[in-house]
Amino acid sequence: MTTPFDAAMLLGLSGSALIGIGLFVIITHPRVLRKIVGFNLLGAGIFLVFGVAAKRGAMAGLAGDPVPQALVITGIVVAFAATALAIALLKRLFELTGSSDLAPLPPDASSRRT
Amino acid sequence: MLPQAAAAAYIATSDGLLLVLSLMLPVAALLASLLTGARATKFLTFTASAAALALSVIIAVRIAQTGEAIVYVLGAWQPPLGLALRADGTAAVLLVITSVIMCATGLYAHWQFDLPSGTGDSRVSTVFRILMMAVWSALNAVFIGQDLFNLYVALELLTFGAVPLVCLDGRAETVAAALRYLMFALLGSLLYLLGAGLIYSTYGTLDLKILSGLADGRPALSVALAFMVAGLLAKSALFPLHLWLPPAHSGAPPAASAILSALVVKAPFFLILRLLFDLAPAISSRFAGQGLAALGALSILFCSIMAVRQERLKLMVAYSTVAQIGYLFLMFPLAVGTDVLPPWHTIAWTGGLLQLASHALAKAAMFLAAGVIADVFAHDRIRELRGFAHVLPVSAFAFGLGGLSLMGLPPSGGFTAKCLLLTAAIVEGYWWIAATISAGGVIAAGYVFRVISRAFSTPDLPLIPQRPVPRKLERIALALALAAVALGFLPLQPFTYLQVGRPSVSTWAAP
Amino acid sequence: MSTLFDFGLASSLVALALYVGWARDEQSSIVGFIALGLLLSLGWTRLRSIDVALTEAAIGSGVTGLLLLRTQTSLRNDKPTGQEFGVLAKVSIGILCAGLSAAVAYVVLIPPDPAPTLAPQALGSIDVTGLGNPVTAVLMAYRAIDTLLEKVVLILALVGVWSLTSNSHWGGAPAVPAIGTPQPLVFLGRSLPPIGVLIAVYLLWVGADAPGGAFQGGAVLAAMWLLAMFSGLQPIPQTQSVNVRLLLVGGPVIFLVTGFLGVGCGAFLAYPDGFAKPLIIVIEVALILSIAVTLGMLVAGPAKRGPG
Repeated sequence: MTTPFDAAMLLGLSGSALIGIGLFVIITHPRVLRKIVGFNLLGAGIFLVFGVAAKRGAMAGLAGDPVPQALVITGIVVAFAATALAIALLKRLFELTGSSDLAPLPPDASSRRT
Repeated sequence: MLPQAAAAAYIATSDGLLLVLSLMLPVAALLASLLTGARATKFLTFTASAAALALSVIIAVRIAQTGEAIVYVLGAWQPPLGLALRADGTAAVLLVITSVIMCATGLYAHWQFDLPSGTGDSRVSTVFRILMMAVWSALNAVFIGQDLFNLYVALELLTFGAVPLVCLDGRAETVAAALRYLMFALLGSLLYLLGAGLIYSTYGTLDLKILSGLADGRPALSVALAFMVAGLLAKSALFPLHLWLPPAHSGAPPAASAILSALVVKAPFFLILRLLFDLAPAISSRFAGQGLAALGALSILFCSIMAVRQERLKLMVAYSTVAQIGYLFLMFPLAVGTDVLPPWHTIAWTGGLLQLASHALAKAAMFLAAGVIADVFAHDRIRELRGFAHVLPVSAFAFGLGGLSLMGLPPSGGFTAKCLLLTAAIVEGYWWIAATISAGGVIAAGYVFRVISRAFSTPDLPLIPQRPVPRKLERIALALALAAVALGFLPLQPFTYLQVGRPSVSTWAAP
Repeated sequence: MSTLFDFGLASSLVALALYVGWARDEQSSIVGFIALGLLLSLGWTRLRSIDVALTEAAIGSGVTGLLLLRTQTSLRNDKPTGQEFGVLAKVSIGILCAGLSAAVAYVVLIPPDPAPTLAPQALGSIDVTGLGNPVTAVLMAYRAIDTLLEKVVLILALVGVWSLTSNSHWGGAPAVPAIGTPQPLVFLGRSLPPIGVLIAVYLLWVGADAPGGAFQGGAVLAAMWLLAMFSGLQPIPQTQSVNVRLLLVGGPVIFLVTGFLGVGCGAFLAYPDGFAKPLIIVIEVALILSIAVTLGMLVAGPAKRGPG
């Protein structure tokens, strides 16, 4: 099956790269703010996958399939809402504790705190 | 290109508007609450809760009467272009359980806010009521949704409703727990969305009914399902992605903990159930099913042991939640159908859903009881709670009754559920699953009896309550615990109501 | 020729993403992210999805970048506690992520032939809606409930943000950090908003038949409002203010009411014949105000002083 080496495929591949990079940042970066940026990277990559489906779905009279485009618009707005909530929690944590790092969870040790 | 003729159309049933109302009523209450003051919010929440409970019962009764699922096509646009809603027997049961627990916890919270020691204050009570309506609407949307992207929006609504519940009391630890919960939940949602995007790229539709007709076991479908299931596993706190749950559920106010443990973590599991049983190719049932069951077994064993080691009551109950959710995942290899027996006719299907329902009621009862205990004694350290049954007999009794379901002792819904699952495991030759179920029950007895024996013993110095005993709150906990016990009187056979509206074949069959 | 451009664009995206992930300090990372967003918009135009390009530029890169930058400023004195994964763990996670990327790339590289699409159905039914932009038709007609629920999700996020304040501050107003406002900001705050509002209204109006719509216009409106607030020309309203609540809730309420009126002519969220376009415009007007207020208050944050 020959796939045309076009914008859709190239951007789709860059989307999959963004997914991998975003996931890596989310899992491994120590600072929470960077993790939040990582979530946005992951989201951008996923939306590009939808975008590839939109471009490939072009038909006579339409430059792209409108359904994935609408889904991406919804997704971008929801992703922003998630970022806003995460940032509000982060700022509140910083206000209350003076540190914006999530203390690492004790590896399932039983809690001795009161 | 979609085969136009083969795409089975949704035929809307006459009572379909009930489904729309069950979604939109809590949303309307939420929006109205934002416009009004605290007192009107109270009234709105009450009315909306009563109406939503009535709606769910009517839906369940209608399905029982007609023997068919209720279907609604939104905007009169047929899928795949438009969206549909559908409630079958299984979904109806979940809708009713949701309503019952939401009403009970809503009443508990309402009374608790009015206590002299309660917050009574605008922020906590108003935010709680708004979030409760949002979670309710989201849960209903997950149970009756038919479109993968619609389900994604429902999952996000659920997450945004649940996360602020965790940090309602404003302490730093709960804010940290909420942030961690949000990050796990977001990761899960995004992986789910990725899978949905891959499915659209492959099949050009996101509607579950059309997809189940088109599903052909392509590698692309397996990749997509793997992403979606992985994301949903993070949201339902299966081992090893469970680390966020204990601090989040134990830090929330008691009514919120009840909602989170009983209902919110079950919604992603329900989606995994639908995705795998309706879309997954037959060959994966052996591999993926056993993999999920293995993780479930690890959840049961590991987290039950962790629960035994906990010093704080609420943390113990939260770890117990993760353990009991593990039982649900044992359904996957056990509810495998054959050519003649679809999965929903197996005893494992009934067992798993009964476990879901009875755990929801029992766990809500236990969190509410634990909330009363923590409120009256100003702490929840198990060591220092010797003899609390003399001060709070009703709470202790409710806690114990709830514990029956966790341990799998009769009479309780948990006993019937675990019995069904055990039978299915033995019949199909999964000895390691049977052993896990038995071991899980024994370890659960460890942590439940630890609390109960302490409760009824006589301490050297009698426990002094720090605050007056809220009898009304205790009774709600007891009512929920009795409901969990009542589920135990279901017969030990497949519950035919759960099969209403389900198709006659499934791809999740034994190869 | 265009393939060369696309190749350059795709590689720049990946390179910028790597920079965003590995930049030493948070500020560089966020600035890189904003640039990445703009490049992404360019990518979306190459994918012929102009509506998405507008949304990405406005919300994905614009408002998100603003929020991240403000947060970075508040957190800039925070010293990291320095707990990190070891090298071996990082390498294994890296291999896992690369594998997941490869799995996605596989699905992208080997699409079904012919490509599945809903474009014919979307075009076929668009006359009923009276709209000219199929993306708007999907958002406001075919999958209207997703848009309605998404609006509720936005409001819920705002409630969650507002809940993160102390009991005594509940209902009060958020605050701007008290570091004098620079004169260029005040100048922009005076000159940009009228133009911005005009652009927002245009985006809304033209969105019925060409790329645009309530979300993109709402983001521009929110930006203008935020500009006025941050340059001190407009006070930040209290979170309990009736006007704020009304505008906030107005969009979804009108959407909901129209939806239930639609029950009379077919189904929930159906439109009566011939009235589809006017009704959709009405809903979008209510929505754009609602979105603007929601986005603005989300950036403003929780209350920092008591009400009254």
